[in-house]
Amino acid sequence: MRPGIILRTVLKSIFKKPATGDYPRDRSGMPAGFRGKLRFYPEKCIGCKMCMRDCPSEAITITEVAPKQFECEINLAKCIYCAQCVDTCPKKALEATGEFELAQLDLSKLKVVFHAKVDPGTEKPAE
Amino acid sequence: MFALFSIFIFPGFLFLSIFGLLAEFIDRKICARLQNRIGPPWFQPLADLIKLLGKEDIVPTEANIHMFTLAPIFAITATVCSVFYIPIWGTDALYSFNGDIIAVLYLLTIPTLTFFIGGWYSTSLYARIGAVRAITQLFAYEVPLFMAILASALLADTWSLSEMAAFYSRHPWYWCFNLIGFGVSLIALLGKLEKTPFDIPEAETEIVAGSFTEYSGRLLAFFRLTIDIEMIVCASLFAAVFLPFGLTLDPFIGFAVYMLKVLLVVALLSLLRTIVARLRIDQMIRFCWKYVAPLALLQIVINLILKIMLFK
Amino acid sequence: MHNAHEHEFKIPVGPQHPSLKEPENFSVALKGERILGVDIRLGYNHRGIEKAAEERTYVQDVYLIERVCGICSHAHSTAFVQAVEEIAKLQVPRRALYIRSIIGELERIHSHFLWLGVAGHEIGFDTLLMYTWRDREVVMDLLAQITGNRVNYGMNTIGGVRRDISDEQRKDILKGIDRLEERAKYYIKLALEETTIIKRLSGVGVVSHDDAIRLGAVGPTARASEVDRDVRRDDPYAAYAEISFNVITDDHNDVYGRTIVRLKELLESVKMLRQLLSGLPEGPIAIRVARKIPAGEALSRYEAPRGEDVHYVKSNGTEKPERVKIRAPTLANIQAVKHMLRDRYLADLPIVIAAIDPCFSCTDRLIAVDHLDSHKKEVMKWEDLRRYSIDWHKERGFDFSKLGAKLKG
Repeated sequence: MRPGIILRTVLKSIFKKPATGDYPRDRSGMPAGFRGKLRFYPEKCIGCKMCMRDCPSEAITITEVAPKQFECEINLAKCIYCAQCVDTCPKKALEATGEFELAQLDLSKLKVVFHAKVDPGTEKPAE
Repeated sequence: MFALFSIFIFPGFLFLSIFGLLAEFIDRKICARLQNRIGPPWFQPLADLIKLLGKEDIVPTEANIHMFTLAPIFAITATVCSVFYIPIWGTDALYSFNGDIIAVLYLLTIPTLTFFIGGWYSTSLYARIGAVRAITQLFAYEVPLFMAILASALLADTWSLSEMAAFYSRHPWYWCFNLIGFGVSLIALLGKLEKTPFDIPEAETEIVAGSFTEYSGRLLAFFRLTIDIEMIVCASLFAAVFLPFGLTLDPFIGFAVYMLKVLLVVALLSLLRTIVARLRIDQMIRFCWKYVAPLALLQIVINLILKIMLFK
Repeated sequence: MHNAHEHEFKIPVGPQHPSLKEPENFSVALKGERILGVDIRLGYNHRGIEKAAEERTYVQDVYLIERVCGICSHAHSTAFVQAVEEIAKLQVPRRALYIRSIIGELERIHSHFLWLGVAGHEIGFDTLLMYTWRDREVVMDLLAQITGNRVNYGMNTIGGVRRDISDEQRKDILKGIDRLEERAKYYIKLALEETTIIKRLSGVGVVSHDDAIRLGAVGPTARASEVDRDVRRDDPYAAYAEISFNVITDDHNDVYGRTIVRLKELLESVKMLRQLLSGLPEGPIAIRVARKIPAGEALSRYEAPRGEDVHYVKSNGTEKPERVKIRAPTLANIQAVKHMLRDRYLADLPIVIAAIDPCFSCTDRLIAVDHLDSHKKEVMKWEDLRRYSIDWHKERGFDFSKLGAKLKG
């Protein structure tokens, strides 16, 4: 039994680089494959709404803005970034990017809309 | 006029505050680097102090408001007073008289008593437990500390710190005789300044913040400043008694040597703080009375024998 | 006259206290520094997960159950998925079972390093906290690379796992666990020799072998009292039947023993990971599962880092489960805390509570109703409880017509 055994390791630490990352100066980010903010490809979506069925927190909404054209609204506050919708989508229209710095002061900015590319002639009349 | 200057500016309140904040920064930075972290920037203790001074003082309704508010003021006054008798860069302290060692040690005990009073009169249960622990810890480290410092004084045949410093400057190598006292004093200082392994009165994970649980705002700022100044004053005392070199040099170089000595003591305390865990109060008392006090006694005996041999 | 009860008082440790990482209430009766008794009140973290699980489909439930706890999230998710697969009589591919075990063992390593840091912090040894949590980053980076998140891995799905482990990731895991093994060996040396750690941890939180069995302790808490129980060996699930490992027990019976058990389990986990990675079979990682699970019920057990985790799932042929019940290991261990704290010092309280590795988020579930005034214990059935709750709310003027309206925003 000796007290202060950790002394040698502790003294060696003076010469090592600190283990703390100097965020926000050092933004090395997360490894590839990190489940961050979702991205939607409107041209691939077929409107089956399976993603809405499988979302554990009802964060994603698909609406039809024109025949066969769909837009997607994701509520970043409700999303739990599980990427189940990415797995469920049969057409691979959703993808999880690595973006995770999503904090906002304004709640309305947390609703992200991915608009569909709509031809002007086929737009549904506004309700 | 000179007295006012020395009380408020140098080596009084202003100098001690700035030096105390610097010492806290060095302590936290060294601790952080030893733990492989980055640590706070240099202005962190000052920022903490300013923030605390700007917050509201909340006094619990059941607390005794007079004792509650007076405790930090007494603490800071006592620590600032004690520095006047400690030789800083020459062999002469600001004021000295025969027996001022006892006065200094007594004045340095007062902060612990104020922690007890502040904690007890807070009437919060956590504060009371912390206060009682602070007093209990006093019984363990005070006696070895007194004995070790008085052992050095014995060899110098005087009860005045200034004359002791003069004696050791005349005989430069006599400080080696006090090495056991050096070790004992360092351990006792850990207890006095409430640093790990003896930070039992302020054990964050057991009793929230000990005696300081109910303090907030300016009163807490004073208590924290007291702790910082106490570190500087105790380190100065330690340096004056056990590291008495460079006292006969030119005042400016002597002052730089003094700063270095004090910061070295602070660094040593930081190192000791990072390598051990906290002890329980009963383990601490047993340890101090079983090992530390006998060593201090041994130092006294050695110094007595040496005194007889060297100064027949 | 000196009153014998003069110095007795009660302090509340929790629900907010620097030593507790999660809220629970321990009402400690003290006499000076001596603990006379502890009253435990649970329930501060009750979130209604079991009820919420009934409102969601099985696929959504996997993510809900995963969020019961942050550190043992894979344990809960796997236990739930295993129960559902047992009801549906699914044959999960072997590669998926191996991947589940790999993530499980990585999570165990992560949890034990975290525990070591927390134990260091509770005894005032902040250096140990900083070092162990620095080493934990290795495991968390590995898990982020494989699963896509540092906690709440989301690896399981009904019928297998969602992501595969590539060869590159396999090499990274092997390199990472080499480093972790070396650090674990250093911490074992530290725990065996450092005086202050031994002084603070020995003789504290003593539970004898018979008491451990009687109080129902599980996991490392029980194994430190020589209770030789481990679900991975006694009731193998996932890939544990196909690898060989030792169950670590220790005879110290106290917090020191629990430290040793957890540290040695770290080394065992590294050995298991090496076997699992080298024996990873080829094949698919998931099978297609119908959304409707046939009626049935199943009980599944999993050895979480804290002990035995039990999940019960009852299905009725629809997409949503009928009943999900979770018995977390901390609930079993917390009965032992009262026993451990008799006649000890206040300074031992944080480390004793930390030694059972409490995860109060897992713990707060429904158990029994205790009538305080008539001292009668009663276990209510589900329908009785619903009726009791509805009546209770009606008495206090709660308007049930607003139940269907959703919250705005």
